[in-house]
Amino acid sequence: MADTTIEGTPAPTGAPAPSDDRTPTVICDHVHIVYKVHGGSAGKGSATAALNRIVRRRPSAAVREVHAVKGVTFVAHKGEAIGLIGSNGSGKSTLLRAVAGLLPPAAGRVYTHGQPSLLGVNAALMNDLTGERNVVLGGLAMGMSRAEIRDRYPGIVDFSGINEKGDFVSLPMRTYSSGMAARLRFSIAAAKSHDVLMIDEALATGDRAFQKRSEARIRELREEAGTVFLVSHNNKAIRDTCDRVLWLEKGELVMDGPTEEVVAAYERSAG
Amino acid sequence: MPQTLARPARAPEAPPVSPAAVPPDPGLQALAEQYGLTVSGARPPLREYTRRLWARRHFIASFATARLAATYTTARLGQLWQVMTPLLNAGVYYLIFGMLLHTSHGIPNFIPFLCTGIFVFTFTQSTVLAGTRAVSGSIGLVRALHFPRAALPVAHTLIQLQQLICSMGVLAAIVLICGVPVTWHWLLMVPALLLQSVFNTGLALVMARIGAKTTDTAQLMPFVLRTWMYVSGVFYNLSTFTSSAPHLVSVVLNCNPALIYIDLMRYALIDTVRAQDLPPHVWPLALGWALLAGVAGYVFFWKAEEEYGRG
Repeated sequence: MADTTIEGTPAPTGAPAPSDDRTPTVICDHVHIVYKVHGGSAGKGSATAALNRIVRRRPSAAVREVHAVKGVTFVAHKGEAIGLIGSNGSGKSTLLRAVAGLLPPAAGRVYTHGQPSLLGVNAALMNDLTGERNVVLGGLAMGMSRAEIRDRYPGIVDFSGINEKGDFVSLPMRTYSSGMAARLRFSIAAAKSHDVLMIDEALATGDRAFQKRSEARIRELREEAGTVFLVSHNNKAIRDTCDRVLWLEKGELVMDGPTEEVVAAYERSAG
Repeated sequence: MPQTLARPARAPEAPPVSPAAVPPDPGLQALAEQYGLTVSGARPPLREYTRRLWARRHFIASFATARLAATYTTARLGQLWQVMTPLLNAGVYYLIFGMLLHTSHGIPNFIPFLCTGIFVFTFTQSTVLAGTRAVSGSIGLVRALHFPRAALPVAHTLIQLQQLICSMGVLAAIVLICGVPVTWHWLLMVPALLLQSVFNTGLALVMARIGAKTTDTAQLMPFVLRTWMYVSGVFYNLSTFTSSAPHLVSVVLNCNPALIYIDLMRYALIDTVRAQDLPPHVWPLALGWALLAGVAGYVFFWKAEEEYGRG
C-alpha cells in the first residue's frame, strides 16, 4: 500500500520517504479522537428535564459526541517543520492537542520524543498578573531555573516587542490587545528549546515585523534538532516556514507531502 | 524500514462513528521503541511524578505569591483586606453566637476561643473551595504548559496558608488584648499548623480532581462546608454536647479532623483550655488524618493526571 489513492484527490507523489538516518520524533498510529460536547442544542434545558434524566439514568441529551479525527497516521522527524492545513473544523487543532498529550485518543496511539509543547491562541496564561510575572511563572512552569529566567528575561521581552510602545510588561495581561498577548505567549514558549513545538495559529495576530522574527526563531528551533508543527490559514506563512504539509479535511488526512505540492492542491480544491 | 510509514495509511472507506480499538501497527510500534519514543501524555510513575513536582517547587511558590498579590489588586484598600476579612468574620460570629444566642456559657475567654475556631476552620474551608477550582480555574495554563498538575492545588493550599498566617497575627493580638498570657504552649502552634496544612493539601488534591470533572461540585461545596462547620464546635464547646450523647455519636464527632485541629490550636493558644478538655487521642488523630488525607489525596489526584487538560 505504498501509494494509497484517497477518494477524489491525487496520490501524493514525491512525499518525503523515510530513510533510516532520520530520527522520528512524533508517530501517530491510526489516531481517532472523539470528544463530548456539553450543552449542545439537543434536549430541553429546563430543571425538570434534567431531573428526569438523572432519575431515569439516561445520558444527557445535551451531550453529543464529535468524531473530530478519524484514523490519522504519520511520522514526523527531527528537524522537520510541518504545516497543517485544511478548512475550519477539519480537526487540525484537535490532532495537535492529541500529540501534546492533552486529549487522549479514543483509538490508536501517539508516540512522542520528550514532551511536546502546544502553543494555541486560546492558551491564556494568567490574565490578572503582569506580563513580567507571566514571563517568570511561564518559565518556571516549563522547568527553567530562576537564574535561567533572569538571563533570558530581557531576550523574551525584546523578542515579544511588547515594550516597543511603552512600559507594557509591568501591566496586567488583561490590558493587552489580543496580538500583544499572543506575542508574549509565543516568546515565553519559544525561550526554551523544545523537542517538539506546536504552534496553533498563534502567529496570525502578530504584526509583520513580529512574524518575521518568529519565522527566524522557528528556523532556529528546527536547527536545535526539534520538530515544529504549524497550523495556519495563511498559506504564505506555511510556504515560508514549512517543508512538509499535512492536509486534513473532515478529520481525515487527505494529503501528506512537500509544501508546494500539497498547498497547490489545497488551493485548487478551495478555489 | 517499510516505505509506507510516512504515508496516510488509512483505507478510503469512512470509519465507524465510534471507532473500535485499533490494534497497534507493529511497524510503527517497533519504530517508536527503536528510537525511545513514549506514548504521549502517559502518566509518569508516582516516584517520577513526585520528582517532577519537587523540581517545580519554585513555580509553586511564585504562583502562590503572585496569586495572593493579585487577589486584592482591584480593591481600593488592597492588602489591608487580608487582615480585615478575618476580623469582620469574627465580628459577625461574635454578634450572633456570643451576644444573641449566648453559646458562650461556660467558656472562659470566649472571644479568643471563637476567633481561633473561625480562623482555623476558615483555613480548611477556603482551601477546599480553592482546591475545587484549582484545575478548572487554570485550564488555560494547564492546556498551554506542561507541569505536574498537582502543583496547582498545592499552590492554592499555600495561598490559604499565607492568609492563615496573616490571620494568626491578628489572632495573637486579639488573644493578648483579652489578657491571655504567652506560654511555651504557643510553640505547639507549629506542629498543629503543619499537620493541618498537610491534611488540607490532601483535601485540595481530592477536590481538584473532582472539581475538574464534575463542574457541579463548586455549587454544592458551600453547603457541605457549612454543615461541617456547624458540627465542628467553632462557636460552642462541643464537649458539653458529646458528654451526654450516645457513645458512637460522640466518638464520631470527636474524630472530626476540623475539630481536632481547632482544639489543638485552642490548646496551644489559650491557657484556660486544658489537656483534659481535648478529645481523646488528639495528637495521634491529628497525625493520622494528615497522613491519610495527604497520601490518599496525592495518589487520587495523580491517578487522573493525563485527563486534566480535557474538555
